[in-house]
Amino acid sequence: MAEWNAAKPKNAVAAWVEERLPIISLVNNVVGSDTPTPRNLNYWWNFGSLAGLMLVVQIISGVVLAMHYTPHTALAFDSVERIMRDVNYGWLIRYMHANGASFFFIAVYIHIFRGFYYGSYKAPREVLWMLGVVIFLLMMATAFMGYVLPWGQMSFWGATVITNLFSAIPVVGESIVTLLWGGFSVDNPTLNRFFSLHYLLPFVIAGVVILHLWAKKISDSGNPLGIDVKSNADQIPFHPFYTIKDAFGAGVFFFVFAAFIFYMPNMLGHPDNYIPADPMVTPDSIVPEWYFLPYYAILRSITFDIGIPFTDIVFIPAKLLGVLAMFASILVWLFLPWLDTSKVRSGKFRPTFRWFYLFLVIDMFVLTIVGGKKPEGIWPMIGLIGTAYYFAHFLVILPLLGKIEKTLPLPESIANPVVKAAE
Amino acid sequence: MSTINETIETEDGATRRDLLHVAAAGMGAVGAVMAVWPFIDQMNPAADTLALASVEVDLSAIGEGEAVVIKWRGKPVFVRHRTPAEIEAAREVPLDALVDKQTDAERVHEGHADWLVVMGVCTHLGCVPLGTKDGDDRGDFGGWFCPCHGSHYDTAGRIRKGPAPKNLEVPTYTFVTDTTLQIG
Amino acid sequence: MKLVKNIAIALTAVAGLASASFGSAAGKHPMQMEWSFDGAFGQFDMQSAQRGWQVYKQVCSACHSLKYFRFRNLTDLGYEEDMIKAWAAEYEVEGEVDDAGDETMRAARPEDAFPNPFPNENAARASNGGALPPDLSLIIKARHDGANYVYSLLNGYEDAPADSHVPAGKHYNPYFKGGAISMAPPLAEGIVDYEDGMAATPEQMAKDVVTFLTYVAEPKLVVRHHMGLEVLMFLGILTIILYFSMKKIWKPVKAGRNVYEDKK
Repeated sequence: MAEWNAAKPKNAVAAWVEERLPIISLVNNVVGSDTPTPRNLNYWWNFGSLAGLMLVVQIISGVVLAMHYTPHTALAFDSVERIMRDVNYGWLIRYMHANGASFFFIAVYIHIFRGFYYGSYKAPREVLWMLGVVIFLLMMATAFMGYVLPWGQMSFWGATVITNLFSAIPVVGESIVTLLWGGFSVDNPTLNRFFSLHYLLPFVIAGVVILHLWAKKISDSGNPLGIDVKSNADQIPFHPFYTIKDAFGAGVFFFVFAAFIFYMPNMLGHPDNYIPADPMVTPDSIVPEWYFLPYYAILRSITFDIGIPFTDIVFIPAKLLGVLAMFASILVWLFLPWLDTSKVRSGKFRPTFRWFYLFLVIDMFVLTIVGGKKPEGIWPMIGLIGTAYYFAHFLVILPLLGKIEKTLPLPESIANPVVKAAE
Repeated sequence: MSTINETIETEDGATRRDLLHVAAAGMGAVGAVMAVWPFIDQMNPAADTLALASVEVDLSAIGEGEAVVIKWRGKPVFVRHRTPAEIEAAREVPLDALVDKQTDAERVHEGHADWLVVMGVCTHLGCVPLGTKDGDDRGDFGGWFCPCHGSHYDTAGRIRKGPAPKNLEVPTYTFVTDTTLQIG
Repeated sequence: MKLVKNIAIALTAVAGLASASFGSAAGKHPMQMEWSFDGAFGQFDMQSAQRGWQVYKQVCSACHSLKYFRFRNLTDLGYEEDMIKAWAAEYEVEGEVDDAGDETMRAARPEDAFPNPFPNENAARASNGGALPPDLSLIIKARHDGANYVYSLLNGYEDAPADSHVPAGKHYNPYFKGGAISMAPPLAEGIVDYEDGMAATPEQMAKDVVTFLTYVAEPKLVVRHHMGLEVLMFLGILTIILYFSMKKIWKPVKAGRNVYEDKK
């Protein structure tokens, strides 16, 4: 358990504040020079701070866009075009916000998969991990509602398809959908509430991020070796070592981000969203943003009912099963700390796990591709196999692997990574 | 902080440490300041707002002694076709009698003294003075009267009585032709 | 520089997936042309854009609206304000309600949008055999590979192959999804008299109007390309300095020194 270091600021004003509200201690204990941090964090650990930075970028650019955006079905598309054409630097801020969503997800996906590999979810970091899953779910909701706001064709039909998912819920499904819409289709009331919530949720995310950092402070940072810090020799202060490393990482990340904003601003978007929403015409194919594609593939992969074979009795119809599978695919992460039974945290010392981890990564990529294809030909079958493997990884492979895998010997300490003599 | 400073100082001396890190921090700070500008500038009037910044008025329909209100940049502008008597009244006033000393000639265009163009915004707290429509109270000096706090303006739009500190503002305008006025 | 590698891997994957997910374009793959606005240093060929404006005004605007384009935008294409005013005045737009309460029409002004050729959608459909000519303001961004697509479409009319079924009143164009398009071939040799004397071949007109429409779809393209270069150069230098700063700060740690201990 991490200890709390009280700061003693030299500056008189800072000391005065600190005495009354230990805000300086707080910062100092999470990212300051009083924050002991393992000395061996590699570059994959950069993506947490990058995700935090992207949240800040999104909130700032979003607040500014809201000054010019009009949440009304008749005016939303026009107001976005006005931002692009007439508002000073409006094009820059909007492209920043639209691509920022993608880069936020890139940072968070890498952050999550770093956690998968290095066992960041294991004791004592279960709550830290679960808060992260909550952040991810909130991000998905926020991103989905944000994509609706420009009121293009993809906005409208994406909103229609995703809200219709809830109609799969037995008995109350239809009522829930009507409630979500505030009408009988996606329309002005829907757009208004999505705007309201899209503005609200990022601040909720920021709140959960603070809890996430707090939990990180209490349970200490993990590290690539997955072993506990044993002495001061194993650790270094967060500042200046990881502040400068994070700053460098941010430089590289923002360089790529800027390249997208200035040279490929529409590459990650869909051309159909430059066509104003038309409730009478569905686009050829409705494709979610790239970061939702794996879950969309899981949703569509289930095309069979669960019931008693050779009878008409259906327990779970296909539509509901698909929806359940989609939500379960993320909620299963919440149980990961207990599903993975291995005593060893880091994938570095789990030779068999490493293979399955690789398969999971490939599976995610495959599902992403399937999610972007029309459900024709071979794709639904690939999607079903991908979905089956996805759940097998978390529900079968990880629990069993921990029991049977022969792990490599762990090093003595972080500072002295000499492997203990094999027993 | 202490740890790292000591470590590096013993190794390289203070100056070299400073230069590289100061360059990094300085450049980062400069970048941050530059990045802030678009987020501030976006609040300035947008291109479509600026494009509407001028408005043309057809003067042929305004008879002598009449006045109209034109909406310009979201605010009223009074355009008054003054009678010779009104012009005379405005020119007779000695400068000493004025709060905001301006001659009538300074407030109209040469050769177009019969046209008075002023912002319809009281210089006290921004109400719209009465006096443009027939039957309005024109105040004690035959110009405009602001009902909010009782400011009286004369036939040149100058403040004569009441709390307003300045004469009604004269916007920039030009006569495109003898009967067409462009405000802005 | 492992981080750079990591990010590169991740982005390549994302980019690959994004393009993989758009595999289902229905029409024939568009011809690939070279455009003045392509690439990081791309700018609009002003002459071409001006000719394109002429093509739009004289040909396309008979059926297609351009609602996000305003006459004042023409200053970006190098036109003088007097010319713009004169062009705008050729069109009528709805004016204010007059004192008698009647709706009036007035000459368009530079701040007005280019007027829609039809009063409403139904009128547009009625005049075009039931098909709605799409607004062209964003057409380049609203289609995959938009510039090449529009170019190909304009030059892509062919005689229908024997096995295809083109309904009466429609025209065969393999670049159009489904192959049967309501728009008759719009460009014929010499249909526009170019002010600069350029020969108005269909290819030339298509190229010019695509340049113009790309400007209308993305009016900030040039300033975006310029600013991007500055920002990338700045970030590049900053990142390099940060890298060396980091190396320097980390030196004692990399040397195996215990930098935390003396603190406790």
